Amino acid sequence: MTNTLIENNFRTNRLPHIWCSGCGHGIIMRAITKAVDELGYNKDDVCVVSGIGCSSRAPGYMDFNTFHTLHGRALAYATGVKMAKPELKVIVVTGDGDCAAIGGNHLIHSARRNIDITTIVFNNNIYGMTGGQYSPTTPTGDKGTTAPFGNIDKNFDLCKLVQGAGATYVARSTAYHVNMITQQVKTGLENKGFSFIEAVSICPTYYGRKNKKGDAVSMMNYLKTNAVNVKAADKLPKEKIQGKFLIGEFYKSQEPEYTEEYQKIIDSFQKER
Amino acid sequence: MKNKKIKLMQGNEACVEGALAAGMKFFAGYPITPSTEIAEISSLRLPRIGGKFIQMEDEIAGMAAVIGGSLAGLKSMTATSGPGFSLKQENLGYAVLAEVPCVVVNVQRGGPSTGLPTMPAQGDIMQAKWGTHGDHPVIALSPSSVRETFDLTVKAFNYAEKYRMPVILLTDEVIGHMREKIEIPDPDEIEIIDRLKPEKGLDEYKPYEIKEGQVAPEMAAYGEGYRFHVTGLIHDETGFPSNDSKVAGDLVNRLMKKIDDNIDDLTLYEEYKLDDADIAVISYGITARSAKSAVDMARAEGLKVGLFRPMIIWPFPEKQIAQLGKRVKNIITAEMNLGQYVLEVERVANKYTNITKCGKANGELITPDEILAKIKEVQ
Amino acid sequence: MTAEKTKRLKINKEWCKGCYICVEFCPANVLEIKDGKINIKNIDACIECSQCELRCPDYAIYLGGKKNEK
Repeated sequence: MTNTLIENNFRTNRLPHIWCSGCGHGIIMRAITKAVDELGYNKDDVCVVSGIGCSSRAPGYMDFNTFHTLHGRALAYATGVKMAKPELKVIVVTGDGDCAAIGGNHLIHSARRNIDITTIVFNNNIYGMTGGQYSPTTPTGDKGTTAPFGNIDKNFDLCKLVQGAGATYVARSTAYHVNMITQQVKTGLENKGFSFIEAVSICPTYYGRKNKKGDAVSMMNYLKTNAVNVKAADKLPKEKIQGKFLIGEFYKSQEPEYTEEYQKIIDSFQKER
Repeated sequence: MKNKKIKLMQGNEACVEGALAAGMKFFAGYPITPSTEIAEISSLRLPRIGGKFIQMEDEIAGMAAVIGGSLAGLKSMTATSGPGFSLKQENLGYAVLAEVPCVVVNVQRGGPSTGLPTMPAQGDIMQAKWGTHGDHPVIALSPSSVRETFDLTVKAFNYAEKYRMPVILLTDEVIGHMREKIEIPDPDEIEIIDRLKPEKGLDEYKPYEIKEGQVAPEMAAYGEGYRFHVTGLIHDETGFPSNDSKVAGDLVNRLMKKIDDNIDDLTLYEEYKLDDADIAVISYGITARSAKSAVDMARAEGLKVGLFRPMIIWPFPEKQIAQLGKRVKNIITAEMNLGQYVLEVERVANKYTNITKCGKANGELITPDEILAKIKEVQ
Repeated sequence: MTAEKTKRLKINKEWCKGCYICVEFCPANVLEIKDGKINIKNIDACIECSQCELRCPDYAIYLGGKKNEK
């Protein structure tokens, strides 16, 4: 018993999913699927690729061509799929550990190539699947099971990183700002190039508990009150933005897309004949 | 009479020619000596036939992209050498478990570590078998000439497609870089095997279901209408993960059986002057050429020596080596390492005959004289 | 006809993990958690805004009806 969106786009026989009570990932997964549904893509033409971690379990539930690969490598596998079949709409679902630590190299180079892949990182600031170790997006000072005295690493701003590396669409939203995720994924999918959407998630079980952030509801309220839309940020006084984070669209441009550029090389030989 | 296509070419070039003849449409890799020409020539040739080439950001990504390309329907290959082969191991295991056909060329160089980038070795024999974690089947081929590099690259693709698994081509710096005259066979003389595909429009497609008489499951490509799931987790025939110990045991056993049940199809070897031999030299790849010369030199001196040259290194030709052990008084295993293949030879033939190793790992080829000296030593 | 039958709010207790997110963000105080699972305590108050459906991480609550339900 479920509704049309879920029935039409999920493998309902595999639900409920494995994520913990109050985990934001289910919200984000639904928002992505809603974007694909609203764009009216043929499900046979959509390929969802993931690595390893909590977020990377998403494709198993989604009724598309799905590809659960190795830790950190989703973008490299997805690049092979996209090169072989550019007509596929390729989506990469990844996590902060998966794409920013072990898979960091693939992330920046996929962005640099501007290959037409839409990447959504479920950023929960922690390694959830292995039980709460600090990740490259765990804020400095916060705790993880491997940072018992507080994390002394500086955390990545993933959007800045990927924009700097050459992505042509970069945006951030949160598990609270769920319609914004759908809108951003739609824009990303329609962008011919590398699109990066950071969906800030919540992990009440590990990150929340370890850092005394309260339950799922408290963490959702944190997202609600601490996210500032980038459009409004310029007009606000500095003290109003202090300690908060930005959401919204950070960058959008049109640049040559990798598989289209490669096709031009192939076409040049066909003309030669 | 047809025009013969006779060319002077490098082993690495013959590898690409063989791959193209076998139907390669996608190459993803990373530059590494002494395999780089395989990437370079692929980048030159593939777009001309509508194929694709991509230089990835690292060795790991090269292997990953090849697996992705294969699942999207293209025959795919990557090439590397020792350090890169080490980096590819995790993804190789993925291709084994997810049953993704692809070809991985390892133009071996001296190791360990960065080792001797421009010098040959045969030090990755055991890595090819055990490099990735877990129990898994392996197919590895080793050519002894430029022409054989062509032929075995075609074979590698055929085995990959037939058995739905990665196939490793183990050449070395000398085979890769030396130039020989080769005659490229006519396309209609080359046997090409393509992966089995499911019928179109089935109500249900189980990506890991084995039907009667099949050695590997039928393989759809992404985008062909079957929205299937592929994972590196243990999975059942639907492709979805399972923690069930029966499912796990059955899957790993089925993967191994692909090799075990088809061992004759997967045994390729040459016997040279073995009929009346008292001493057999076992050698493969470039070293087998020195071994062949050593056999001729020994024969000229009246010694009864022959050569057994496996072209498929893994699976190990157990039956043939055991029989050989029963036939001869001595086996000398010559290989450019400090004793790898010889361990398997000992496992199988120790109870029948004396086994001596002839090896080195200093970046130099083993010479016919060195092998001849061993022959005289054991004789 | 009672309000319960006209309103479209549907729940699937099997999928609910009792996280309270829907309860918190329902603007009309329609929902509660009972025995660890979602429960409709006041269907008359439901304004069919679909906030619960949008935010439920487990797809355990949604607006049904001909158009949206299967």
